[in-house]
Amino acid sequence: MLKRTPLFEAHQKLGGKLIEFGGWEMPVQYTSITDEHLAVRNAAGIFDISHMGEITVSGDAAAEFLNSVLTNDIRKLSPGEGQYTLMCNERGGVVDDLYAYQLSGNVFFLVVNASRTPDDVQWLQKQWEAFPKKADVHMTDASHNYAAVAVQGPRVAEFINECITIPSTSGMRVAKVTDLKKNQIGGFPCHGASVLVSRTGYTGEDGFEIVGRDDSILHIWNLLLEKGKPFGIKPCGLGARDTLRTEMCYPLYGHELDENTTPIEAGVGFFVGLDKGEFVGRPVLADQKANGVKKKCVAFKMAEKSAPPRPHYPIWVNGAKAGEVVSGTQSPSLNAGIGLGYVPPEFSKAGTEIEIEIRGRRSKAVIVPKPIYRKG
Amino acid sequence: MSNVPSDLKYAKSHEWVRVAGDVATVGITDHAQHELTDVVFVELPESGRKVKAGEACAVVESVKTASDIYSPVSGEIIEVNKTVADNPALVNTDPYNGGWFYKIRLSDAAELNSLLAPDAYKAQIGG
Repeated sequence: MLKRTPLFEAHQKLGGKLIEFGGWEMPVQYTSITDEHLAVRNAAGIFDISHMGEITVSGDAAAEFLNSVLTNDIRKLSPGEGQYTLMCNERGGVVDDLYAYQLSGNVFFLVVNASRTPDDVQWLQKQWEAFPKKADVHMTDASHNYAAVAVQGPRVAEFINECITIPSTSGMRVAKVTDLKKNQIGGFPCHGASVLVSRTGYTGEDGFEIVGRDDSILHIWNLLLEKGKPFGIKPCGLGARDTLRTEMCYPLYGHELDENTTPIEAGVGFFVGLDKGEFVGRPVLADQKANGVKKKCVAFKMAEKSAPPRPHYPIWVNGAKAGEVVSGTQSPSLNAGIGLGYVPPEFSKAGTEIEIEIRGRRSKAVIVPKPIYRKG
Repeated sequence: MSNVPSDLKYAKSHEWVRVAGDVATVGITDHAQHELTDVVFVELPESGRKVKAGEACAVVESVKTASDIYSPVSGEIIEVNKTVADNPALVNTDPYNGGWFYKIRLSDAAELNSLLAPDAYKAQIGG
C-alpha cells in the first residue's frame, strides 16, 4: 500500500498526475513539466515534499555523534543553521545525502530521502550502538509527525511574509521569514502550531522549505497558492523537481549516489570535512582525495539534435564505451538534452567530446562545467 | 475531454489511422498527447521499412520518458512526417493533422476491422 501525504486530496483537486515514488503516491506533474519548471525559474512554484524523512538527534553528545557518522563538519553550524552533508558506509559509499540543521545547542534535525529513511534509521541505530557516549544521544525517527512543502522561485520572497506573519520563536530569531539567510532555519508560530522554515531548496532558485504538522502544512500550502497567485505560482510535481535539480547538477540518491559510490566520485567532496577527525568512511575518502578516483560524475550537454539522454544509456569516448548516464532529460531552460554520468577521470574535463548511445545510435555530446544551467 | 474525431480508426495503444485507398496515415491520439505532455522528440521509422501490426516502429519522448509507438496495421512505410521530427510540439498542438507520424501502404486491409471505432476508443479512455 502506497503512503499518501496530507496534501493528497489537494493534488487530486489540482489535477495532479500521481505516481509511485519511494513508497509514496506523489504528483509527477499537474499541467506540464516544462510549464512547472519555467514557473520556478521565472516566478514561483510549490512542491509537496512530505515524503522526505525527518530524524531528530539530541543530547549532550549529539554533535559529537553526528560528526562521527556524517561527512560535513557539524561544528561549522550555529543554532539556526543547516548544512548539506552525507552519510557514508565503511567503504566510503553513500548511505544517504541529507540536510542537517542545528535547532538549538544540542538539538539537531536531519532531513533525509524518502526512499532511504528506513535504511538511514537502521544505519544510524547501528552506529549509535557502537558510540561510546550513546547514553548522551537521543535519536527519533519523526518522519510520521511531519509534512513539508518547498516553495521556490525568484518571486517567492515577495509573498511568503504574507503567509507566515509572526516572528520566529526558535532556531534563528528573525522578525520575518525573508530575514532568514541561505541555509538558516527558524521555528515560526503558524495556524496554532509551529513550523520550521529554512531558506533552502533543490532547484537552484531562492526559496524556502517548510516542515510542520499535517494540518499546518495543508494550511500553508493553500495560503501560499492563494498569496502567490498574483506572482504566478504554480503547483509543481516531481517531474519539474527532477529537471530543475538536473540543470543544477544536484545529486539524487539512486542516480548519482548509491552505496558503491563515494562523495568524492560524485563531485560533492566540498561537503566532506576530512580535517574534522574520524568519521565512518573517512579513510577511503581521504585516500581518494589524495590519490584520485576511478570514476567521476560529469555533466554533459547534447551537441547535436537527438532524443533526450536517459539513465543507463552508455557513454562513449574515443570510440569505446567509457561509462553510463545516471540522470538525463530535456532541459526546459536550455531546450537541449542534458545529463549527468560517470566516466574515468581522464575524460572528465569540460570540453571533452563524448557520445551518448541512444537506442543503438550514438549522438555527440560535450562535457560541460557544473551547474549546467546558470541564471542570466 | 479528449478529441476523438469520428472519421478515424483507433488502436488500443492510442494510435489513430486515417485510411485513403490502400494507404493509411498514422499518428497518436489527443488523449495520448495529453497524457505524454511536452513532446520534445519524435523518432520516425525509415521510409521503405516493412512493419507488422503491433510492432514498435516509432518513439515519442516527453521531458520525462520515452514511449514506443506501435504500428496499428501491417505494410510498408512510404512516407514519414519530417515536419513533426523538426517540430515535435506539433504532436501536442495538432495531433490529428500536422502531428501525423507516417504513411503506410496496407498489406492486409482486413486488419482495419480489428481496430476500434471512435465510440469504442472513447469508451476505453473513459470519455
